[in-house]
Amino acid sequence: MELFSSVMVALICVNLGYLAVTRLRSLARLTAVQGVLLSLAPLLFAAPGDHGHALFLSLGVLAIKGIGFPWLLARTLSRLEVNPVVEPYLGYNLSLLAGVSGLLFSLWLETRLPFPPGLFPPLLFPAALTSIFTGLTLVVARQKAVTQVIGYLAAENGIFLLGTPLSGQGSVWLELSVLLDVFVAVFVMGIALHHISKTFESIDVGRFCTLRD
Amino acid sequence: MEFFGASLLLYLLGAVCALCPVGRELAARLGPLGALAGSLAGLAGILRAPVSAASQIILPWGLPVGSLSLGLDPASRLFLLPVYVLGAACAVSGAAALSGHGEHACRDRRGPHWFFFNVLLAGLCLVMAARDAVCFLLAWEIMSLAPFFLISFHDDEAEVREATWVYLVAAHLGAVCVIAFFAAFWAGAGATGFDALAGAAAGGRLAAPSVLFLLALVGFGAKIGLPPFHIWLPDVYPAAPSHVTAVMSGGMINVGVYGLWRALELLGPTAAPWWGWTVAGIGIAAALSGILQALAQGNLKRLLAYSSVENMGLVCLGLGLGLVGRSSGNETIAVLGFAGAVFHMLNHAVFKGLLFLCAGEVLHAVGSVGIAHLGGLGKRLPAVGALFTLASLGIAGLPPLSGFAGELVLALALLSGFDLPGLLPRVAMAAMLAALAGVGGFALAAFAKASGLAFLGEPRTPAAARAVPAGREAMAPLYFLAAVAALAAACSPGLLALAGQAALDFPGLDPAPARAALAMAGGVLWSVLAISACLLGFVAAFLLLRSRLLAANGLRRQPTWGCGYAAPTARIQYGSGSFVEPTAKILGLPMGLSRRLDMDAGYFPARGALAVASPDRIKLRLFTPLFEAVGRACDALKVVQHGRVHLYILYVLATVILLLAWKL
Amino acid sequence: MHTLAHLLLALLLAPLVPGVINRVKARMAGRTGRPLLQTYYDLAKLLHKGSVISQTSGWVLGAGPAVSLAAILCALLLLPGAGTDAPVRFAGDFMLMAYLLGLSRLGLVLSALDTGSSFEGMGASREAAFSALAEPVLFLCFLSLSADTGSFSLSGMLGAGLAGAVDTQRLFLPVILFVLLLAENSRIPVDDPNTHLELTMIHEVMVLDHAGPDMAHIVYGASLKLWLFAALTVLSVLPARDMAAPAAWAAFVGGVFLVAVAVGVTESIMARLRMERVPRLLGGAGALAALSLVLMVWR
Repeated sequence: MELFSSVMVALICVNLGYLAVTRLRSLARLTAVQGVLLSLAPLLFAAPGDHGHALFLSLGVLAIKGIGFPWLLARTLSRLEVNPVVEPYLGYNLSLLAGVSGLLFSLWLETRLPFPPGLFPPLLFPAALTSIFTGLTLVVARQKAVTQVIGYLAAENGIFLLGTPLSGQGSVWLELSVLLDVFVAVFVMGIALHHISKTFESIDVGRFCTLRD
Repeated sequence: MEFFGASLLLYLLGAVCALCPVGRELAARLGPLGALAGSLAGLAGILRAPVSAASQIILPWGLPVGSLSLGLDPASRLFLLPVYVLGAACAVSGAAALSGHGEHACRDRRGPHWFFFNVLLAGLCLVMAARDAVCFLLAWEIMSLAPFFLISFHDDEAEVREATWVYLVAAHLGAVCVIAFFAAFWAGAGATGFDALAGAAAGGRLAAPSVLFLLALVGFGAKIGLPPFHIWLPDVYPAAPSHVTAVMSGGMINVGVYGLWRALELLGPTAAPWWGWTVAGIGIAAALSGILQALAQGNLKRLLAYSSVENMGLVCLGLGLGLVGRSSGNETIAVLGFAGAVFHMLNHAVFKGLLFLCAGEVLHAVGSVGIAHLGGLGKRLPAVGALFTLASLGIAGLPPLSGFAGELVLALALLSGFDLPGLLPRVAMAAMLAALAGVGGFALAAFAKASGLAFLGEPRTPAAARAVPAGREAMAPLYFLAAVAALAAACSPGLLALAGQAALDFPGLDPAPARAALAMAGGVLWSVLAISACLLGFVAAFLLLRSRLLAANGLRRQPTWGCGYAAPTARIQYGSGSFVEPTAKILGLPMGLSRRLDMDAGYFPARGALAVASPDRIKLRLFTPLFEAVGRACDALKVVQHGRVHLYILYVLATVILLLAWKL
Repeated sequence: MHTLAHLLLALLLAPLVPGVINRVKARMAGRTGRPLLQTYYDLAKLLHKGSVISQTSGWVLGAGPAVSLAAILCALLLLPGAGTDAPVRFAGDFMLMAYLLGLSRLGLVLSALDTGSSFEGMGASREAAFSALAEPVLFLCFLSLSADTGSFSLSGMLGAGLAGAVDTQRLFLPVILFVLLLAENSRIPVDDPNTHLELTMIHEVMVLDHAGPDMAHIVYGASLKLWLFAALTVLSVLPARDMAAPAAWAAFVGGVFLVAVAVGVTESIMARLRMERVPRLLGGAGALAALSLVLMVWR
């Protein structure tokens, strides 16, 4: 359990890190760190006789979320000629404040939602919900499309984390959610970014407003 | 009570003598003398009687409602203390300051000025002692109207005239809410005495206590200067003569806190938990915004005005914490919150009064209080400089002065908040303590700016270089206030005990744990006093060491090192805008700073100008458009007033017909 | 007896800390560097020198450093030793320590403004801004420590070690206190203590016009402040109360010098941050402190 709470605390730190870093490459590396930490989660919920399945799931998550997506992101970043600095709508200190407020809100929410007892180990729900809020903050408060994709991935990681307690009892839908991640990531990142950059010669989503009448 | 009555009589006597036509100089001397005598009598009355005694008298008056019911209890006495101390000091200071205005008989307005000064002091005393709603409201009106005539002493300047109108509007908008509060309370209770009102609240006969609470908060908050109703403070305080500002900022601003205290006492057991959190939240927000805006100001008096907003915010934080403690049954938080609020109020009165009187001396000597016109005054006006620095240390809450003790008591109340159940209250308490630390840090920066830039360095203008110190009569009240501050620092546990008397008197507190908490806080303050004594000892030792070493090894004077710059002037020193530039890069928006840079494009521009201004954003964006809209609406109504008599008669005819049709 | 012993230890050993830092920096740069005891020699030299004072300044120039050193000495009175209580302890004494550090800062800022020089004004304005931002972070650290140990006094909060198992959030506190050490003592990445160029100065520029006894006060005060923050960092993780007295003291002193080595290494491998980035550093430290506080309170 100590390992588990350390992993949750590390996840929350990674979320705060998302809001505080200034360079796109660091943001991509943080995605890798979050993926590696998440791959530990199914191992901790393994049913006593089913270690093989949990190990398989964990390795799969490591391969996709820990190695695959970050590599894809890094490749995209080096292909697009972007300014390596993250450009924010909301300043860094204010984003950090929003992140800490999100953590507080999720801690409070945990006491208000009527869960069956013993469903979530302590700190899992706040860590997951903080990931979702952080991801959404990245989508809302940063200017470039790449950061919006990373924010979506962070939010997806949070939703995945919420589902891991059920992984010990048959986790077809968990694997399906990971596949959804793959689909969305490849689709959004590979195709949309490619098209946005070709059409507009930039990935600044602020310029979308020129499409207005 | 007798000394209180004597002080009121002396005030009225001074007011009448100031108006009598015997001789202008005599009237101008008798006015302040009456104020001084009344204040000293009142002070003697408070110091003689034990603070915890409560007394009350009821006198007959001719009005059909209410009664002239006056009483003194611990809270009244403690809130009256700053009024008397500052009343005495400012009467002497004002007499000295205005003594040069007597040359022309037609323009000598000192007589009416002293009349209204005495009336203001009498009104303040009556408000603090009133035990009846109608009496309270009458005294409140007297106390609100008198400064209108005091502020407008220099009404040949347009800013002073405008500030006077701003004051009048703000005071009366607040008074409307206070009247509404008492009227609604009276309607629920049926009688106007405070005992009857408290009984009605305890008996549950009030229709909507939360509405009453909000009315009291808005009405008294306008007087205290809680945002967004604080906008009158930065305009009015620089416009009034300094001795009036000192009384207003040290004595009159507390009357808002006193009113809120009484209102909360009367509403008593009906208090909902969210009231405390609201007051505490508004308090800490006021403190943060006040000190940040103070940091941005370039005018000493405006800086001090915003600092008053900050300190009153801290007092409201204490009040809010007291309410939170009372509603959650935690006696430690409650009593330390209330006691801390009163303690901080007393500290603020002494230090702010001294600061404003020093600013008045600077104005008198140099002719301006803008930091861009000052500099190097520490060498021309050494006593004023030293006293301003002392008072700055106190109001920034630094040891060894009593300002730190007040903030420590508030911090102890916040630390006790860790005992509250639930995650959110504890996190809120921790966040408020961190915000208190931030307020302390910014207050240090603001007062380093005020005392450092004005009194240290080189004079920035010829007027500052020619400043002449004031005479003994003008400096005596400053020394008196400094002595009071030193006394407060040495007796801070005793002051806490006094403030605790007022806190213990608040209904709904269990006395035994409350006394234990006060004793614990008193012990803490004794330790702080020990450390302060060590601090003073160390400072003396190091200064002695320094003078011995320099006497042995030699001391020479050279111009300040300028890195080889060929033509240094006094104007390249850091000034008001440049001192806060690093802070403005981070917090420019809350500070309300606006910069305008006009520079030619390209490298090596030939022409460049930078203007840094700090207008009050709330006044600019909220109240000015609001009042302009009201003005436009009123202007639109002028079509009705066209001067044609036959149409006026038509209005009368139309109204008569309408009334007949409606009623029949 | 023991309580005064640690005060004596601090007074004697504090000037060694800047010596260690400078030596580490020199070694990492490939030089030999100045002697470890150089600060002692500097203090002795300064006490024997006269002073050249600016014509603009008055009494504040001399009073400022004296007040600053006196305030830091009083702050040391509140610091507990390894396993022993501080000479003066009471609930809320961490607030007195923070405000005494603020008083020492004010002394230096006012004596800087007294010279009427733009350089010193620049340093004063930066110092006022960054330290106002660092204070809430320091308070959040102290609040986390008190939430964890249940005591509101420094003597209760420090030296308790990591209670029970290794709590991840508890490990943040030494890191945050180390960042605060770098910020309050004007080390890289916040300020460069070696140069006197206006681009890089906060602390060094405020003392340009001081010499002789005033400079001695300032140098000694700076060493004491380094010792204070290093002691805070070490005692927030060292379980000094559970160790035997000699071992605890040895571990404490060793820890302080380890922190000094860490400062030296940090100064050698990092560059100074741009002035606009410093609030972000403090904001990140503050967010970590808030995170650790929230997790401890929630528990």
